[in-house]
Amino acid sequence: MSTITILSMDAPYESANSTTALRIVDAAIRKGHNVNVFAYEGAVSYTLTTQKPHQNPVKGTSVEEERHPTTKDWVAGLLAAAGEKGVKLDWVRCGLCEDERGAFDQVPGTRRGGPADFVKQVAASDNVLVIPTK
Amino acid sequence: MAKILSIVESAYRATLEEQDDTVLWFNHMLANAGVELAVLLRGNAVNYLSRGQEVGELTFGSAGLGNPPKLGEDVAALKARGKVPVYYVEEDARERGLEGSGLVEAGPVSRAELPRFVAGYDRVFHW
Repeated sequence: MSTITILSMDAPYESANSTTALRIVDAAIRKGHNVNVFAYEGAVSYTLTTQKPHQNPVKGTSVEEERHPTTKDWVAGLLAAAGEKGVKLDWVRCGLCEDERGAFDQVPGTRRGGPADFVKQVAASDNVLVIPTK
Repeated sequence: MAKILSIVESAYRATLEEQDDTVLWFNHMLANAGVELAVLLRGNAVNYLSRGQEVGELTFGSAGLGNPPKLGEDVAALKARGKVPVYYVEEDARERGLEGSGLVEAGPVSRAELPRFVAGYDRVFHW
């Protein structure tokens, strides 16, 4: 069992980076590895519990038919999957980034932190991937 | 009302999380609201014409996609239901090997024709 750390910066729903980061986390958990995530800048919004699925007026689908995904559900799903697999998913949200965005309602099981927490995650990792905003 | 040309160049930007392309969606909404517009696909966005795009299953724990994006179908719907003319930069398609019957039918515009083509519109949005 290894431990990897991923830092992500992109806000959800704006680029493929966020989905890619989550897919790497998912793959690592499935393979039985511990994962640390540091959600920096816009990435603190992955876990906003106030996200809501919506209908699609272009396609004429209702909320139920559209079944729009939310990143807060995806992260909650990853936390549950880690628990079932018996590995650790340590999801740290940049606290100051949350403050400036008013992003206060966060998925349980994630925690507020800062750059010092990222340093600790890195020190305890076998490998680190930073996915910066372009 | 002004004639609008939307040039769509950014592609596959959060299409999994959104289950569609938000720029195409926005333009479809404008068309539904009665705006006279056309869409020009350029760069990587020319691949939206391909009908053969398959998005596989994607789940995170028990959470996944409800309706994976079908961008070829979305372009076709923009034409059919939204009554929006769709064009593409033909060199961009050719460079990517996009030719033949597997594409949504759209109007080719060469790079050399672009200035005159764009000049035919009152407003141009470059996405």
